[in-house]
Amino acid sequence: MNYNWDWGILFREPYLGWLADGLFWTVSLSLCAWIIAFSLGSVLGIMRTSSSRILRFIGTTYVELFRNIPLLVQLFLWYFVFPELLPDDAGRWVKREMPMPALSTAIVAIGLYTASRVCEQVRSGIDAVGTGQRNAAKAIGMTERQVYQHVLLPNAFRIIIPPLTSEFLTIFKNSSLALTIGVVELTAMTRQIEEYTFQGFEAFTAATVIYSVVTFSVMFLMRIVERRVQVPGMISAR
Amino acid sequence: MGDFDYSVIFNNIPFLVDGLKVTFLLTILAVIGGMVLGTILALIRIAQIPIASWLAAAYVNFFRSLPLILVIFWLYFLVPLFLGRPVGSFYSVLIAFVLFEAAYYSEIIRAGISSVRSGQIAAGRAIGLTYPQTMRYIVLPQAFRSMVPVLLTQAIVLFQDTSLVYVVGLKDFLVSAELIANRDQRLVEMFVFVAIVYFVFCFAGSLYARHLQKKLAT
Repeated sequence: MNYNWDWGILFREPYLGWLADGLFWTVSLSLCAWIIAFSLGSVLGIMRTSSSRILRFIGTTYVELFRNIPLLVQLFLWYFVFPELLPDDAGRWVKREMPMPALSTAIVAIGLYTASRVCEQVRSGIDAVGTGQRNAAKAIGMTERQVYQHVLLPNAFRIIIPPLTSEFLTIFKNSSLALTIGVVELTAMTRQIEEYTFQGFEAFTAATVIYSVVTFSVMFLMRIVERRVQVPGMISAR
Repeated sequence: MGDFDYSVIFNNIPFLVDGLKVTFLLTILAVIGGMVLGTILALIRIAQIPIASWLAAAYVNFFRSLPLILVIFWLYFLVPLFLGRPVGSFYSVLIAFVLFEAAYYSEIIRAGISSVRSGQIAAGRAIGLTYPQTMRYIVLPQAFRSMVPVLLTQAIVLFQDTSLVYVVGLKDFLVSAELIANRDQRLVEMFVFVAIVYFVFCFAGSLYARHLQKKLAT
């Protein structure tokens, strides 16, 4: 194996700056997509457990549709197909005039995709609170809205912190798919460093270390949060 | 949508089928490889061998913290470097998938093994089987039976993940469709078609997984 090691490359400009930029875009993309995924996913999760048949149907259809098409294909649908289906002006705006078209598309695509996964977690969280609590709340005269607001959701969200953490980390990892439509996030930056310097080992190692460190830090932080807010009496609470 | 041109799809069916074959071949080989390596990792972790179990756990957590695309890039870069000659992207991608998916399969299989009651191991040992024999003939058969639906679901995820070979240009279903789309300037038709095909396979698979789950529950 012939290879010229040069770890110093990672700490030299412009490559150090590239890595920092890449991490910045990866984190920004992940956080923005998470806002979409979490809010829409929560609404869908509530819909899937509600008493209305239509709402349940909409929720289920959404989940099946978004879960059974690969994220990369969805990304291409939003980036290449969606603008064509719009009226000319709107299509042009989405394709070019919108601020940072590739990044915005990636945020929406990854957010909507992950919403289907968050929905399933929220649904299982609400189910885990149990029909007993739901019936008890109804029996004391709460409306369905109040049942969710005061009884089901506060408990459900505390129960599903661990799976929600891994969904967030899934977004963090999936954000690398954005490079296929030209967003220069962390993975794309390391690829670029490899192409400029032929130091693939060092570049990919840098990305590997950064991804791992962020992932383990998030897991560590969330474990503390989880312990703070755990619902007494659940098996997951130790 | 008025000028949706179906002919671009029908005229290129053989080419698309070739791509689909690559997608399926990659999925099947990666599922087999991932499950074999995943089972080994799970067994090492459960056996609680001092350093080995820790290494297996570290392997699983490490790979689960990385994006699949990065692992694909790593192997695409490393495999030719190690062999000293260029190999087709198929092999480096396959190795990437096996290494990556093994981490996820290992967690599923570990959960499956843990769901077998510990009395079973004690019983196996009591009738004179060695620990490996107990695992091989008593624990694993029961564990795998209960895991089938989850393993199938993971295979569907893997089937979707194979689309990421796009980043190294391996001609799977998506890349084949994209080549035609760009050549004929028919992006809308091709990408919608690709989405429908993936959806049909994955939806059918997930319905079957749910059916198996129900059958197991009763």
